[in-house]
Amino acid sequence: MKNDPKKILRYTPFERANHWLSAITFILLAISGLAFFHPAFYPLTQLFGGGVWTRILHPFIGAAMAISFGVMFFSYRKLNVITPTDKEWLKHVREVVDGDDRNMPEAEKFNGGQKLMFWLLVGCMALLILSGIVIWRAYFAFLFPAAVIRLASVVHAVAATIMIALIIFHIYAAIWTKESIDAMLYGWVRRPWAKQHHPAWFRQMMGGDK
Amino acid sequence: MALQSLDIIRRSATTTPSPGQRQTPEVAKLIDISKCIGCKACQVACMEWNDTRDDIGTNHGVLDNPLDLTENSWTVMRYAEVETERGLEWLIRKDGCMHCANPGCLKACPAPGAVVQYSNGIVDFHEENCIGCGYCITGCPFNIPRLSKKDSKVYKCTLCSDRVAVGLEPACVKTCPTGAIVFGTKEDMIRHAEERVRELTERGFAKAGIYDPQGVGGTHVIYVLQHADKPEAYCGLPRNPSIGPMVDLWKGAAKPVATLGLAMVAVGAFCHYVTKGPNEVSEEIEKEFEDEK
Ligand code: HEM
Ligand code: SF4
Repeated sequence: MKNDPKKILRYTPFERANHWLSAITFILLAISGLAFFHPAFYPLTQLFGGGVWTRILHPFIGAAMAISFGVMFFSYRKLNVITPTDKEWLKHVREVVDGDDRNMPEAEKFNGGQKLMFWLLVGCMALLILSGIVIWRAYFAFLFPAAVIRLASVVHAVAATIMIALIIFHIYAAIWTKESIDAMLYGWVRRPWAKQHHPAWFRQMMGGDK
Repeated sequence: MALQSLDIIRRSATTTPSPGQRQTPEVAKLIDISKCIGCKACQVACMEWNDTRDDIGTNHGVLDNPLDLTENSWTVMRYAEVETERGLEWLIRKDGCMHCANPGCLKACPAPGAVVQYSNGIVDFHEENCIGCGYCITGCPFNIPRLSKKDSKVYKCTLCSDRVAVGLEPACVKTCPTGAIVFGTKEDMIRHAEERVRELTERGFAKAGIYDPQGVGGTHVIYVLQHADKPEAYCGLPRNPSIGPMVDLWKGAAKPVATLGLAMVAVGAFCHYVTKGPNEVSEEIEKEFEDEK
């Protein structure tokens, strides 16, 4: 809620809705995918109405996420170009992890860590989409030779594992950095929060130097 | 047939032992290609016993019909005209599931109990557990399982596990008019095959031999080949079939390790929170904005 007129808009309603669409489809994909990943997770198929339904649904949910994630990619790709300042930020990332960000280079709308995360997620997603199509038995797998399907199976499982790890990390960072979940839920952030975590962006939003 | 057969030695996607108290002797079907006349009686017997009927296809100008295995044709005869040192030879191979000792389909399948292996060596699909993902097709080194368009389950030769369970030989064996297909314990079949190889060698097939590929731990369908040095000549019988590095990587130890890795990321995050606390806006900055009011 924007009860403070001095709050800054960080994400538009459309951006927020789309982010949560990606989040929900991702969780569903991770759960349904893990069900095939290892027998320990197979009972998760019950959440989707059994093994057959899980097999049917997973790739379609993947297609939905591909669209939603694609929109995010095109709207955020310019904001995520890694600058020398970001590289400097990443070199000092230990300090942030230790809970002291006083000497960090100034972050823009996204800091170096977020930008790196963005590109890693884009890479994983691209691999998941491509390999997912190749192993989609009902519609596409017959188009590919066995060696390609085998490779795609490995790529899909590896990219999914990495992406799930990245997202666990992403969710934790959001919980750890207080008020950032509010930004994605309601869109508006307090100015102190903006100055603390994204000083360069804050100055830009304030229309100049501060 | 369900797990009630009590002679299951392996089940797909299962980490605990299967009901396997009953011990049955290891069996094998021996296909002696040098005796096969390509009459397709076995192909018919297979459909007859299993009540499957393929669509009526089109004539492709060759004897192969249907051209490939399907969910209804669990065995097909493949005809190769090959020039050898003996002149033009017709190498006719009955294709179908090889019932590997180390089955790639079973290794790849993510659905618990959709693929089983009996103690007699037969590898069987339990379609009631099959989810139709096709991983078994990806895992099979012989390209055997076929996904049904009708019910999205996979089908393949069962080695007539239902007949064998009650002491009968597979339908194809029973029907073969030349005795090219025989069935018995694996030991007996190997001995029989060795005899045949000896006879063939005497008749001038210097490279005759047994096809029982060790890359998949041996198979429970074995061939006598006139030209064992050229298995590819038999419509692409693979020389050294194995589950292969990709499927090993995909289905091997990497998965439990990856699972553990994911758990560690979550545990690590939790530990970080507990030791370092939340990342809040500093008092300093809060004050700056308060003063402004
Ligand atoms: C983007 C489009 C995607 C498509 C088209 C797709 C498609 C597939 C397909 C066809 C399978 C085989 C099982 C089945 O038939 O359902 C599969 C498995 C799997 N998917 Fe996806 N998927 C996509 C995205 C994702 C994402 C984003 C994740 C990450 C959470 C994921 C995680 C998995 C996992 C873990 C497996 C099991 C892999 C294995 O056991 O080797 N997928 N996917
Ligand atoms: S198609 Fe059926 S038998 Fe084959 S791997 Fe998938 S669940 Fe297992």
